[in-house]
Amino acid sequence: MMSDPMIPRQYRISRVRRETADTFTLELTPVQDEGTFSFAPGQFNMLYVFGVGEIPISISGDPANPRTVVHTTRVVGTVTRAMGTLKRGDVLGVRGPFGSHWPVEEAEGNDVVIVAGGIGLAPLRPALFYILSRREKYGRVVLLYGARTPEDILYRRELGRWRAQFDLDVYVTVDRATGGWRGNVGVVTTLIPRAPFDPLNTVAMVCGPEVMMRFTALELRKRGVGADNIFLSMERNMKCAVGFCGHCQFGPTFVCKDGPVFPYRRVKDLLAIWEL
Amino acid sequence: METLERILAEHPFFAGLDARHIQLIVGCATNVRFDAGQFIFREGEEANEFYVIRHGKVALEIFVPGRGPVTIQTLGEGEILGWSWLIPPYHWHFNARAIELTRAIALDGKCLRAKCEDDHDLGYELLKRFAHIVEQRLQATRLQLLDVYGVHS
Amino acid sequence: MTQAQTFERFIFDRQYFLSLFEALTRRGYCVVGPTVCDGAIVYQELTSPDDLPIGWTDQQDGGTYRLKRRNDQALFGYVVGPHSWKKFLFPPRIRLFRARRTERGFNIVLNDVASPPAPDTPYSALNDPPSGISPSIPIHPTAPKFAFIGVRSCELHAIAIQDKVFLGGAYVDPTYKVRRENAFIVAVNCGQAGGTCFCASMNTGPKATVGFDLALTEILEPARHYFVVEVGTDRGAAVLQDIPHRPAHIEEVQLAEEIVARTARQMGRQLDTTDIKELLYRNYEHPRWDQVAARCLTCANCTMVCPTCFCSTVEDVTDLTGEHAERWRTWDSCFTMDFSYIHGGSVRASAKARYRQWMTHKLATWIDQFGTSGCVGCGRCITWCPVAIDITEEVRAIRASEPNHKEKTDGNT
Repeated sequence: MMSDPMIPRQYRISRVRRETADTFTLELTPVQDEGTFSFAPGQFNMLYVFGVGEIPISISGDPANPRTVVHTTRVVGTVTRAMGTLKRGDVLGVRGPFGSHWPVEEAEGNDVVIVAGGIGLAPLRPALFYILSRREKYGRVVLLYGARTPEDILYRRELGRWRAQFDLDVYVTVDRATGGWRGNVGVVTTLIPRAPFDPLNTVAMVCGPEVMMRFTALELRKRGVGADNIFLSMERNMKCAVGFCGHCQFGPTFVCKDGPVFPYRRVKDLLAIWEL
Repeated sequence: METLERILAEHPFFAGLDARHIQLIVGCATNVRFDAGQFIFREGEEANEFYVIRHGKVALEIFVPGRGPVTIQTLGEGEILGWSWLIPPYHWHFNARAIELTRAIALDGKCLRAKCEDDHDLGYELLKRFAHIVEQRLQATRLQLLDVYGVHS
Repeated sequence: MTQAQTFERFIFDRQYFLSLFEALTRRGYCVVGPTVCDGAIVYQELTSPDDLPIGWTDQQDGGTYRLKRRNDQALFGYVVGPHSWKKFLFPPRIRLFRARRTERGFNIVLNDVASPPAPDTPYSALNDPPSGISPSIPIHPTAPKFAFIGVRSCELHAIAIQDKVFLGGAYVDPTYKVRRENAFIVAVNCGQAGGTCFCASMNTGPKATVGFDLALTEILEPARHYFVVEVGTDRGAAVLQDIPHRPAHIEEVQLAEEIVARTARQMGRQLDTTDIKELLYRNYEHPRWDQVAARCLTCANCTMVCPTCFCSTVEDVTDLTGEHAERWRTWDSCFTMDFSYIHGGSVRASAKARYRQWMTHKLATWIDQFGTSGCVGCGRCITWCPVAIDITEEVRAIRASEPNHKEKTDGNT
């Protein structure tokens, strides 16, 4: 019998970690011992909650660890809400991995600037893991991360660890300071003009809300980063993830198979068209 | 003063200025240092200088009754703090407070205003640069207003 | 499907149409074709040539479709109706899987999408009484082997276009694949064009040139009613062997050619496709979209009748006990608000954006996606639009608004 790309495989939740008030991270392992799950940084899975529905979620784990599939999710709708009630030992359906990936190999020999906004850090995390595991192959590596408030910052412990590393520059900023926040305040784009990288030899990977990515790309261009060296990860409604359902069309592209990671040059003009 | 001159001449904000204009600006510059927690200026005070931050971090704050001081924005190494010195009535709109040990070059705005009046070329060059800063802050503020990370429905 | 090495034409008489049915039924095919139902010619399972729309024709214009009596006994004397063959190859509603809750998760208990039926299973018997959920909805747990009778040239092109969508990419849709591979196609060349037809503009007709097992041209003479047959595949040739036939005379072949040539001259509509992709790409912002949106009801009729529209959605449902779940795939339309919903709202909230998406996809982005236009000029979207929005007219309006629209570009860069 033909394999059907619409049939999920079963994965058991091995760990649930609450990240912020509305985000959580699930670690999954295959129910049937099917060996390994390999993916490229930036790809996504379709996650199915029994009887509730299925949604696309980017993969957030370490690509070097093929035993565990990691997803960080924000509660925004029916499926994510149901997903948020799942516990260790529960089973989810998984289809994937799907889509294009961050140009982590192509970026070798260059500086790498990773610009993340909000939950947009989740799909960039595998790229960071990948790059840090081959750190000597890259020039300067800079992470610029903007969150809404200090309470919305994802992967705090990891950020702290990365920040302590001498070979990675981490800058975190929030739109709204609360409590005893002593870090940066201001949108993530304000970090770009002075971030330590050589714009002419830089690959930039950007993920966040569409507006944030548009302004980030403009700021990177102003700094001198080439349009071919800026990559964005797009989000659209998806039902099938394999190019059949038509939902994720973004101009001539299908976000599920041509994306989600696009070179800025490919989507620059499309981003300017309203309601595309 | 030679080091100040070099620092200012090499700072991107002053890039492209005539040596003559750099000289005029250096004449209004002094090194300053603020300890963590120290106020650099306060809302309502006369705005008679601006700062080129060399090291450290500064928070622009506004006091909101019931919420206390709210940080609007932070500025760090290499950034320019303050443009109210250039625009009447020359009063600060926010508090600026060093949130860590901060070293900066203070530029005397009163002195520069007079020099700009005397030498419109200098005035134009400075205005161009500050217009750019104001534009950047305005764009950032607009983006902040959009609250792009929030869940909207 | 190997191409038969023959350019000959054959003749069989109207009375032997039954032999075609019998030959197909004998081979295990479920014969589907045109029939009159509820005031329209639709595609359904047929039991004999008597079910064909004998002596009927259709009159079509923007927002208008009427059946009328012909003054002859033509079997294929109409153009196209609201149905297309996609409803058989890409079912409007199909269950992708069933799952049963287990203690800590679920098991997928059935995945019967792709398994072919026993050769002698009649189509009607495939409407299994559904176990579990949605008992009122007929489901086809096994894929029938269809023989399509009366496929128009534009429809052959539409099938070829959907082949690219469902079979031509990195992933293959097994639902479509098994139906498509099993389908036997009897094309019928158009003896007349409808009021909303523009296949000649789209280079998709009216003569069937590829993608059929057998292609017929129906010829009605005062004393004779017969079909000129072209064989497309060995499989087609084998079926023809079961029908009493003879080689065609050159006059009969010429007559058949004249009929389609005349049809080509009768097209009710035209669409200038010159640089159409570039035309639409540079007119994403155009006042015409607002004008058409003011009329468009976003009813999705155009997408439902379109033979190439392939969008679908997935519904995950459970029964009342919560123990059983099913996933269904159903046709969807880019005209609905939900279609582009991402958390927080719909990307294409306005009718303007949704009409623009549909038309730009059909005529422009489709070319980038699949190397072909998504429009075959069948005219269904015009006929079945309740407010008679006309895709050819919309293109014409945008083209006419451009400053030098009459001047051909001379290749200057």
